[in-house]
Amino acid sequence: MEIRVIHAGMQTTVQDLGRKGHLAQGVPIGGAVDPIALRLANLLVGNAEDLPALEITLTAPELEFEKDGWIAVCGARFEGVPSWRPIRVYEGDRLKFGSRIQGCRAYLSICGGFNVERIMGGRGTFLPAAFGGFEGRALRDGDVIRSVPCERVLTGHWRMDERVLPRYSREPTVSVIAGSQADEFGDVFYAERFAVTARSNRMGIRLEGPALTRSSGIELISSAVAPGTVQVPPDGNPIVLMADAQTLGGYPRIAHVASADIPLLAQLAPGDGVRFRRITVAEAHALARAEAHSLALLRQGLAEKIRSA
Amino acid sequence: MKLEPLGDAAVVATLGEAIDPATLVAVLNFAEALGAAKAKGVTDIVPAYVSVTVFYDPSLLSDGPEGAYESVCRLMEACALKARASPGVLGTKVVEIPVCYGDDYGPDIELVAEYCRIGVDDVVSLHSGGDYLVHAIGFTPGFPYLGGLPEALRIPRRDSPRARVPAGSVAIGGSQTGVYPVGSPGGWHIIGRTPVHLFRPHLEPASLLKPGDRVRFKPMSPGDFELWR
Repeated sequence: MEIRVIHAGMQTTVQDLGRKGHLAQGVPIGGAVDPIALRLANLLVGNAEDLPALEITLTAPELEFEKDGWIAVCGARFEGVPSWRPIRVYEGDRLKFGSRIQGCRAYLSICGGFNVERIMGGRGTFLPAAFGGFEGRALRDGDVIRSVPCERVLTGHWRMDERVLPRYSREPTVSVIAGSQADEFGDVFYAERFAVTARSNRMGIRLEGPALTRSSGIELISSAVAPGTVQVPPDGNPIVLMADAQTLGGYPRIAHVASADIPLLAQLAPGDGVRFRRITVAEAHALARAEAHSLALLRQGLAEKIRSA
Repeated sequence: MKLEPLGDAAVVATLGEAIDPATLVAVLNFAEALGAAKAKGVTDIVPAYVSVTVFYDPSLLSDGPEGAYESVCRLMEACALKARASPGVLGTKVVEIPVCYGDDYGPDIELVAEYCRIGVDDVVSLHSGGDYLVHAIGFTPGFPYLGGLPEALRIPRRDSPRARVPAGSVAIGGSQTGVYPVGSPGGWHIIGRTPVHLFRPHLEPASLLKPGDRVRFKPMSPGDFELWR
């Protein structure tokens, strides 16, 4: 069906779970900044969990649906639109979001998924190089985007149990693994709160707090960085690299956010704060296994729920 | 070779401390051995200057008695041995990139000439006079970090980066030169522009260049530039 974009919102892009295998060509993994919210939004409407959905940032779009269908919204919560459950939409409906309650990014899935071309193994939008997703750019007022036809029968009188949702918070403590230059910065990184600034985007979350001072002045030779890498430029304000970050970096690395905790950072809006605690690589893998286990249970539960509809 | 974690899904191997062709050969041999191993759970292999980083999916590696990190390190050590046993040499592939120097195509060329105390023509002949070695691809998709800039053309980066450098811009910064494959912010001095696309997401490979390639810039006229486009 066609979905008409009445108002596009601040930055609404098509995203999936990203591209693998192209880092050596300078193409980041990309995809949803909060991959768990995208997976769950897809599962709630019976989709495969890697189908492209809309990533909504801070201010939401207004959309008009051409036909009857099902959507779901996960991640950031807005007034007027229920989260974490399938939502029935009817022909001609306009979906209007109220003001943002909590979180930074919401994922809007549609039964069947959004119909965009696959490029370099992914269907997400990579804004810096203007490819992927919908014409390689964020949606604009007046755009018409299509979804893949879907005849799935769902019911909407239920929602996911709060207890199985990600532990989003406006002040989370996030687990990190020490970076190569961790010892050159002392312990202040683990002792204090850092605030999220408005200069954050899909490439990185820029933090402000006590200035981090490096004991060494040795310039580093650029090498690979990854989503979750916390770099400290000369001004002492750390940057957490996110989905669209460049693939090589030359700033000192103080830490790396555990993969399982990336969604907690993805949902921080300007003004929210974060604290860091240090764990080992093995502990980070254990966190990821626990997360994969609860996702598997959710996947099973949602599949049964949808089958019984 | 030093191995250390880059978070919980990558291991970085450092093979040297200086940016030079010999280290690049070691980096590329090692990256090739890692690729040839086609190891389960390895998602990306990223060579750069003096390091190779292996990205892995811990969920595909955690079934054995040892941890995922340790098993990737063991793979990397085995591949390093193999790579050392058959030392390679740099390829001889030279990619010629036509460049329209100066005017609107290279708005900073006069500033560069002035700083370097040479004529604009000298900037062109020096810049297009030798081969450059691709040490890494990154920054933006397809962006080559090129080594081999003549000493006479070295100039500090701009005090404040441009918000937008047009795609195809050929630029100099510090001891490096490069080409911006896509429009992006940039702090280097723009001396020319190429009509060649260095990044083509619909083609395989998408990046025109890869580490180990050599690049030669060839001056072209504005007329040829517009025709090419």
